[in-house]
Amino acid sequence: MIELQDVHKAFGDKRVLCGVTLTVPKGESMVIIGGSGTGKSVTLKCILGLVTPDAGTITVGGQPVTKGDRDAFLARFGMLFQGAALFDSLTVWQNVAFRLLRGAQKRARAEAREIAIEKLRRVGLKAETADLYPAELSGGMQKRVGLARAIAADPEIIFFDEPTTGLDPIMAGVINDLIREIVVEMGATAITITHDMTSVRAIADDVAMLHDGVIQWTGTVAEMDGCGDPYVEQFINGRADGPIEAVR
Amino acid sequence: MSAAPAPRYLARPLAAIGRPVLAGLASVGRMAIFTLTVISHLIRPPFYPREFAHAIMTIGWYSLPVVGLTALFTGGALALQIYDGSSRFSAEAAVPSIVAIGMARELGPVLGGLMVAARVASSIAAEIGTMKVTEQIDALVTLSTNPIKYLAVPRVLAATLTVPVLVAVGDSIGIMGGWLVGVNRLDFNSAAYLKNTIDFLEAADVASGIAKGAVFGFIIAMMGCFYGMSSGRGAQGVGKATKLAVVASSVLILGSNYLLTEVFFSG
Ligand SMILES: Nc1ncnc2c1ncn2[C@@H]1O[C@H](COP(=O)(O)OP(=O)(O)OP(=O)(O)O)[C@@H](O)[C@H]1O
Ligand SMILES: [Mg+2]
Repeated sequence: MIELQDVHKAFGDKRVLCGVTLTVPKGESMVIIGGSGTGKSVTLKCILGLVTPDAGTITVGGQPVTKGDRDAFLARFGMLFQGAALFDSLTVWQNVAFRLLRGAQKRARAEAREIAIEKLRRVGLKAETADLYPAELSGGMQKRVGLARAIAADPEIIFFDEPTTGLDPIMAGVINDLIREIVVEMGATAITITHDMTSVRAIADDVAMLHDGVIQWTGTVAEMDGCGDPYVEQFINGRADGPIEAVR
Repeated sequence: MSAAPAPRYLARPLAAIGRPVLAGLASVGRMAIFTLTVISHLIRPPFYPREFAHAIMTIGWYSLPVVGLTALFTGGALALQIYDGSSRFSAEAAVPSIVAIGMARELGPVLGGLMVAARVASSIAAEIGTMKVTEQIDALVTLSTNPIKYLAVPRVLAATLTVPVLVAVGDSIGIMGGWLVGVNRLDFNSAAYLKNTIDFLEAADVASGIAKGAVFGFIIAMMGCFYGMSSGRGAQGVGKATKLAVVASSVLILGSNYLLTEVFFSG
């Protein structure tokens, strides 16, 4: 279970998170929605300890994230970055198998390569892409390689930052199904950030809406439609008028 | 009563001086902490032999041409200058030994170090800076890999070990440059030139230059990694990090060269 209690974060004068409180039960798929630049990515980075919050507590399974063995803690996570963040000095399969080639989960090179190719297949990439470099791929392909890397070591907790942005509708469907499958079959806990309402409905158990530095609304995906919350209503219907200003 | 605040016209120029001084001191502090962190990771596992081998190639092997050419031309020019100067008091015979000593003690390590700084500090800072900006460093952390161990340690180790070798190669090529000019342009006898070089060059001359090379290599990789990892956001941030890495490593090379020369040769 992931719990954020009153998390604050500012960059200089810019206050991004102003008291985020959120609970993600174990084995559930949480989707965070919210306007561009509201701090969704920063929230994920706070949980991973990549960004240190100014105030508030974050616990995973009851343990504060800043304490204890960082390596062991991070070994339980997989993260797809918004910009894919592939290592451009390594080939695609070496990216995917990064965790399997070194450290605690190290295994034989041939075996790691096989796992990488299998994960690539699951995100809809052919085995031929394995030996290319990230710079030789399109944006959507890079995103999928990033996804394959996030799930390569079968983590318990997976964060996806906009997994379907830049993908065609068919591929987006494949990725939505994959994320759902990972949660249902592997029992993983997932937090996904997306702007795509089709994805939200396909992936989410629970939905949280982040705006103005706080969680404005949270509930199950079934409750989302007709929840009466003006922020959520405006967001899912994509209207320009409402409590969320169009210029931010 | 407390002291009256300084008048505005006085405070403003003082603030203009004070702010960069404070920023400079803070960055020296961060640099020192970074250096200590890297050193503390040098001896602790895990080690990344693949990254180390790669760094040896890119830092050492691929710097050979530029270091070799620099040394060749410097040795040649040195021979011409010393011939001209020493002929004013009929001491032309000193040309071979002074070329050799000058190359081994000063010009080999310093010019070689500066060339490697231009080539390697910039490329390390740009590479690591780009990784920072594109979240690759964050990705490393989430994959349970310490960026300092994975990125900085192999580069620092490789530069500290290979720059001395580059200096040794540069020394020999520089001496050869002097010999080529001496024999072809200044009418020295080839065998006599070489004998003079060997007779007067001492092991300490060469060793001091090589020791300087190790220090310079450490400085170069350290500055490249430090400025790369503290790079600001966007292409502009990377550009600035690259510039600072080259400037800082060049100045530190020249400064530490003076200090090392004091240590090795005075008293
Ligand atoms: N390292 C940083 N330094 C300074 N400001 C930052 C940093 N990271 C994020 N911000 C700022 O924090 C705010 C929130 O950023 P974040 O990336 O979390 O947005 P987001 O909700 O993920 O938006 P999007 O949907 O467009 O990805 C932005 O205004 C951004 O400028
Ligand atoms: Mg984002």
